[in-house]
Amino acid sequence: MSEIAKTTTVPTAEEILAPSPMQLLLGRTIGHAGITIGGTILLIMLFMALFAPLIAPFDPYDQELSRRLIPPVWHDKGTWTHVLGTDGFGRDYLSRIIYGSQISLMIGFLAMLISGIIGTVMGVAAGYFGGRVDMIIMFFITTRLAMPVILVALAIVALIGSSLEIVILVLGFLIWDRFAVVMRSATQQVRSMDYVTAAQALGCSTMRIIMGEIMPNIVNALIVVATLEVAHAVLLEAALSFLGLGVQPPQPSWGLMISEGKGYMLFKPWVIGIPGTAIFLLVLAINLLGDGIRDVTAPENRN
Amino acid sequence: MLIYTLKRLGVALLVAFAVSMITFTLLRFSGDPAAAMAGEAATEEDISYIRKHYGFDRPLPEQYAKWLGNALQGDFGNSIYLKVPVAGVIAEKAPVTMKLGAFALTFALVLAIPLGVLAAIRPNSIFDRVALTIAVVGQALPSFFFALIMIIFFGVTMRWLPISGSASWKNFIMPSIALGYYATPAIMRLTRAGMLDVLASDYIRTARAKGLRPGVVLFKHALRNAIIPVVSLSAVQLGFMLGGSIVIETIFSLNGLGNLAWLSIQRSDFEMMQAIVLSVATFYILLTFLADLLNAFLDPRIRVG
Amino acid sequence: MSKLLDVKNLTLDLPLSAGVLHAVRGISFSAERGETLCIVGESGCGKSLTSLAIMNLLPKITERRADHMIFEGQELQGLNENQMSDIRGNKMGMIFQEPMTSLNPAYTVGDQLMEMLLRHRNVSRSEARERAIYLLEKVGITAAASRLSQYPHQLSGGLRQRVMIAMTLMCDPPLIIADEPTTALDVTIQAQILLLLAELQREFNVGVILITHDLGVVARVADRVAVMYAGEFVEEGTADEIFNNPTHPYTQGLLDCIPIPGKTKRGEHLGAIPGIVPSLIGDIQGCSFRERCPYASDACAGHGIELASVKEGGDDAAGTHLYRCVLSADQCRENLKKTGAA
Repeated sequence: MSEIAKTTTVPTAEEILAPSPMQLLLGRTIGHAGITIGGTILLIMLFMALFAPLIAPFDPYDQELSRRLIPPVWHDKGTWTHVLGTDGFGRDYLSRIIYGSQISLMIGFLAMLISGIIGTVMGVAAGYFGGRVDMIIMFFITTRLAMPVILVALAIVALIGSSLEIVILVLGFLIWDRFAVVMRSATQQVRSMDYVTAAQALGCSTMRIIMGEIMPNIVNALIVVATLEVAHAVLLEAALSFLGLGVQPPQPSWGLMISEGKGYMLFKPWVIGIPGTAIFLLVLAINLLGDGIRDVTAPENRN
Repeated sequence: MLIYTLKRLGVALLVAFAVSMITFTLLRFSGDPAAAMAGEAATEEDISYIRKHYGFDRPLPEQYAKWLGNALQGDFGNSIYLKVPVAGVIAEKAPVTMKLGAFALTFALVLAIPLGVLAAIRPNSIFDRVALTIAVVGQALPSFFFALIMIIFFGVTMRWLPISGSASWKNFIMPSIALGYYATPAIMRLTRAGMLDVLASDYIRTARAKGLRPGVVLFKHALRNAIIPVVSLSAVQLGFMLGGSIVIETIFSLNGLGNLAWLSIQRSDFEMMQAIVLSVATFYILLTFLADLLNAFLDPRIRVG
Repeated sequence: MSKLLDVKNLTLDLPLSAGVLHAVRGISFSAERGETLCIVGESGCGKSLTSLAIMNLLPKITERRADHMIFEGQELQGLNENQMSDIRGNKMGMIFQEPMTSLNPAYTVGDQLMEMLLRHRNVSRSEARERAIYLLEKVGITAAASRLSQYPHQLSGGLRQRVMIAMTLMCDPPLIIADEPTTALDVTIQAQILLLLAELQREFNVGVILITHDLGVVARVADRVAVMYAGEFVEEGTADEIFNNPTHPYTQGLLDCIPIPGKTKRGEHLGAIPGIVPSLIGDIQGCSFRERCPYASDACAGHGIELASVKEGGDDAAGTHLYRCVLSADQCRENLKKTGAA
């Protein structure tokens, strides 16, 4: 039954974590640039989210049918009043994008937190205790991987009813698999180190060993996976909201904005273009940051 | 080899059981099948009656056992909404999704593998940068957004491709690209990493020392070894695509499992949902199982045990 | 008599971020059929790169230069990859150090043997198969026919190295280059492999260039020896000359490190050469051994110390024994007597 653990199709931690040679070779330039660019974009988004009430020119929920579908400022019919135009209900797009960042970041971060806790606990337990515990947890991971995340999430949300909180919970309880796989592998590596054996010989309690010896040494891997999962959660929420089973109107979720704008997309493409680009930039920033951190903390780079 | 196969098969079955059990439980807990079946205009009495009649008031394990018993005989229940056996509907819609998945994976592989190989033999070159850009962009672009952009551009502005239905193979072009491109970065990175590793290995040096032509060294010797992990990854990605096809199928009005899942969700069709999730999971399990077998075939070292 | 391989003044430079690494600094050597030349030196002296240089299997950034590198009358420099690939395996065979990783794990032994012959000769698969079996038997592998369908991971290290040797002989090349072929093997297997190489050399009349750091190996198989240090030959000659009259201080030091059964007395100190190999990045002045040499003087820091002839008993007619030191050959012999290493 240890075949489960040896299964070649559960992605290994190396596959998820390893700084691909791409990173290492182009690493110096792109890696640093990645952290810079990614970090900057992310900071801008965070700023938008935190200070939304102060910087948004309009109320994102404020409908005004007389100014429906005004194009962004770079069109000839655009104005500086509504820099990014308005949507089908006359709501200012810039304001909705700004407030939308709150939703994306909150969901991304909280879902990552929940799945992170679940996945890390499982992964560390599997890696530290090995044997039966490992076998059982690997079975859970394989089972979770076999389940289509989107379908299950949609089904649950459809039945319970959807809201921001439910989306966070559902995503959090579904996307812990990468955390588990990576933390398990990292724990296994650290576990075989001499300082762990030394701590055991000293009679340290299991908890003390895990928190004191293991965790500090797997934190790097944890951070890398955490950034990847934030991006993952953001994309999933966008898809759910796009289908109408995520964040509900009139909230300014970027995915929802794309769905609402679909009807006008042929003649007024900015209605989907702008929120889509926002999602793209956020995910790009997170990925660049994560890749950059991975690049910098990769063992090969430690001198 | 036989024992290896049987062991894997055993594990696969167990996983399938587990998936069915978890899905069953989740669905039952999330909603009320009796209310769903009764419809909007039903009264309390109607709902109670249905609940009793179909056994929805029995303890959960008992309900699951009943479902499992039927399922093992091929009876996956009737669709609450369509009133016909679920199995039949799924069998009807599955081919479309499988076609979509196959095309999507093919697209991903055709793009990713050559790029990965090129990037590996010319590190830091223009190919490498193109590959890196594609990888980075590919992972950040939401698939539904990409699909809509393609529709605007190729479907309407250029009028090159049809944008809905599943009439001809042309209908599958945009959906396959939209579904498949997300797998490209991962496959390309793996190919590139694998090739770089393999190209630096001793046996490639031996192959060159034997005077074998560069093409033979690259494909017969290097790629042959580098591609092994890509097989597993492709199987996994295909499994994910089958599960994630719901978004693409609804956008392009393709009549597959994803679309069916969407409709079933809206109609609270429990039996159908259960069966669809189980089907997709079973496909995934089958795919990974096949990938493991293929792995053993490609890498002689794995065949022991 | 034209030589099989004649290399004059080979240099290998690797441009690194820290500067240019002069890995090999002007060495000259040759190979003949039926003879074994051993290039011996410690890790990092450039001997492995030398072996790769002959076949041009060097890392891409390496700059290779030589006055000439003539193999069977043909100049090797300037040949493109296609032309080189025609020569590799066909006219020159190479055996590498790590048998465990030198064979492709995805293909059978037979496949890898046969593809060699099929590439370079116009033969049928069954003819290639016959030759493979013939050679496997020649290298001492029993049940050769069934071995053909086995995979590398099913064979032990010693067996794999035998397969590598068989593979090198598939096309009957006149020259074989062996880079530390026995280093990764058990001592008992080492002896067997060396014996095998010697037998095969006699039977097939191949010229062998053997790279090693193990003087024991040199003593067993070498006809001629070149002692390499920091990218240069510091001494060269026949095996007899080198072992009986080690002239250069480095050679003397190396021999001093080895316990000789019968000569080394119990409780006697074994020699050691203090210090480490100097960095070869950037310009190098004078003798590269002077930091570690017990006889160093100011003269050693001067320019270009050339290889000079050791006159054996006053008459070095063949001129085969050469050494690179500012001291005279007589002085070196004196030093040798003092340490009692000979």
